[in-house]
Amino acid sequence: MAAEIRLSELAAGKAAVIRSFPKSGSGFLRLREMGLLPGTTVTLVRVAPLGDPIEIKLRGYLLTLRKSEAEHIGVEPAP
Amino acid sequence: MKSESTAPVFAIVGNPNCGKSTLFNALTGLKQKVGNYPGVTVEKKQGTAYSQHGLPLTVIDLPGAYSLAARSPDEAVTRDVLLGRRADTPTPDRIICLVDATNLERNLYLVHQVMDLGRPVILALNMMDLVEASGMTIRIGRLQTALGIPVIPCEAVNGKGLIELKLAMSRTDLPLPRHAWDVPGAIAAAVAELQASLALNDGKSPLSARAEALLLLTDQDSIRVAGSTPLSARTAEILATWKKRWEAEGMDWAGTLVNSRYEAIGRLAAEVVQPGAASGPTVSDRIDSVVTHPLWGWLILGVVMTLIFVSIFTLAEYPMDWIGNGVSALAGWVKGALAPGDLRDLLTDGAIQGVGTIVTFLPQILILFFFIGLLENTGYMARAAFIMDRMMSRVGLNGRSFIPLLSSYACAIPGIMATRTIEDPKDRLTTILVAPLMSCSARLPVYLLMIAAMMPGNLVPLATKVGLMLFMYAIGTFGAFGFAWLFKRTLLKGAPPLMIMELPPYRLPGLKDVAMHMVQRAGLFLKRAGTVILGISIILWFLSTYPKSPATATQTQQVEHSFAGRAGHAIEPLIKPIGFDWRIGIGLISSFAAREVFVSSTAVVFSVENFDATNDHADIAPLRVALRHARWPDGRALFTPLVCLTLMIYYVFAMQCMSTIAVVRRETNSWRWPIFQTLYMTGAAWIFSFIIYQVGTAIGF
Repeated sequence: MAAEIRLSELAAGKAAVIRSFPKSGSGFLRLREMGLLPGTTVTLVRVAPLGDPIEIKLRGYLLTLRKSEAEHIGVEPAP
Repeated sequence: MKSESTAPVFAIVGNPNCGKSTLFNALTGLKQKVGNYPGVTVEKKQGTAYSQHGLPLTVIDLPGAYSLAARSPDEAVTRDVLLGRRADTPTPDRIICLVDATNLERNLYLVHQVMDLGRPVILALNMMDLVEASGMTIRIGRLQTALGIPVIPCEAVNGKGLIELKLAMSRTDLPLPRHAWDVPGAIAAAVAELQASLALNDGKSPLSARAEALLLLTDQDSIRVAGSTPLSARTAEILATWKKRWEAEGMDWAGTLVNSRYEAIGRLAAEVVQPGAASGPTVSDRIDSVVTHPLWGWLILGVVMTLIFVSIFTLAEYPMDWIGNGVSALAGWVKGALAPGDLRDLLTDGAIQGVGTIVTFLPQILILFFFIGLLENTGYMARAAFIMDRMMSRVGLNGRSFIPLLSSYACAIPGIMATRTIEDPKDRLTTILVAPLMSCSARLPVYLLMIAAMMPGNLVPLATKVGLMLFMYAIGTFGAFGFAWLFKRTLLKGAPPLMIMELPPYRLPGLKDVAMHMVQRAGLFLKRAGTVILGISIILWFLSTYPKSPATATQTQQVEHSFAGRAGHAIEPLIKPIGFDWRIGIGLISSFAAREVFVSSTAVVFSVENFDATNDHADIAPLRVALRHARWPDGRALFTPLVCLTLMIYYVFAMQCMSTIAVVRRETNSWRWPIFQTLYMTGAAWIFSFIIYQVGTAIGF
């Protein structure tokens, strides 16, 4: 099993599986409702030209969130 | 219930960007009514469709939502209408869930919640053409069996599947959804208990009590979920007890609920969706790699914005001239047709002028709405927000504030109306408050006049003109960001900003939808702001007309003698420290109608004969000469270069636009914010002007 890293640390173009997710905060509830759940595979598509926010692909669609949120989400990079 | 209509009420529900408006337009044609939900600034769209038997059906297009656990005013309206909480909107009898079939899983999350509402649901799968193109297949029959409701594949853009949808809507025996979902065991007991209590103690209908109970558990803020009426003591107690117990057990109940819905959806999707062969990057991906590219992205953003501004300034000029001439012609005709008198003047100089002010700006506003609609419709808007987010976050805003602020360079009105896409109410309010600081096109004539009056020769060197102009734009922009920063740190301090945004796939714009939206928004502006603007115009006319001077008085004497003239005198002590006399004071007061009125009213006050104020290209040379010869009573020149510069700075900051005030009043639903905005902007204008004038005088200018 690969070591768990932060979603914000994932390299562009790499896929990873969500492992840990904060329990509280309405923003994180919304991220869950958008389908970002433990076990979901996400791909980091790109980082915005100024370094923030990031764009990820999950369940066939594109979502953007700031690094300050992505920092709280633990992922396991796909081999 | 209202007796006027017995037509069944359908609500269209779906995620943003799933094609809801297109479907709504296709179903109702032009038979729609667009307005606002009272108390909130969310667009209310209702229309009439006809069943296969020709019976009328009421259709409500609810705002796009990702979940019933609302996070924005838009989503709150959708939730409240569906739960029958809004007295101003009939509770929908049936619900049409529209989903983007290319993205079934996430779209089904909302459908899953809607199926809990205990009402018949029709599921319409939009964008089936794109599903086919991607090689994916969806087994409609299986989906229909699994959910127990009609499932209708369609393509809203070209009307495919519309007949089948209308057939389903015409059915009187629409089934209730069969829910293939069990609330997870650990929570089920709590849901049952809350459901019973909500029905018993909170007067919720037994049908929606279960949905209300589930919502209470997914949202941290129970008051927000329950709406304006607080929960009954009994229900609140049950909720608190359960939460305490779960907290002790370390259980994440909200997360568990969301997970279990997604698990159910995942099982369903695995059964009905056959993914196409994994192909390379899609067209959307390829466009994105250019549009959000570190170099090309900025270039494209620059080109798009330049294109918009050039077309606003070049295209809008013609209709604005026509309208200006038309208004003058109408005023002239009324002048000829009616006997001279106060009533005639009220009509021509008050009412017609006032309406003229509103209508003259309409072409600009329409064009801007058109482009904003186009940017939203194609998906580019989200990309611009994505690129700009970092910069906007420096002052505590997010990327979505970018387009509204940028639009305000042309006119603050569409800019402010475009803030509706900003989810966070505090971010939205901050954007509204600072938007009018972006130098709009109505300030240009004032800047130009002052630059002309400032320079000694007849011809102002182009470089100086452009330089000064850019300087004004820069000050306004820095001012807007500075105040945004200030407001987000003090008055409108909120939770740490979040930026969770979908980047929808690029689509060809539906020009018909964009055009309809443009007309509807402009109509809203006219209807909502028109009355306020008309009222203020008439007041301003009254102030400059009464009390009447003898008939022999010149126009200049009349103005001096009027209430406006007296007000100019009255405010002189206030504006003397910034270098203005009472005559400039009259200009400030009258240009409250719209900034560019300063030029024409100055012409009257400084007795420039035959000044054609209706013509934008009027020769300002005589006015410039008159200004240069204007003197204080002690013989000092009035319009020194320093005063001209101070006046420009004053116009950068001061809230001199009744139309904007009227729109802010409508968009914030109270007089509190427009009054605050007027005070802070005009206060800042005075303070900055004071500093410039006093420092300038002290160092010898």
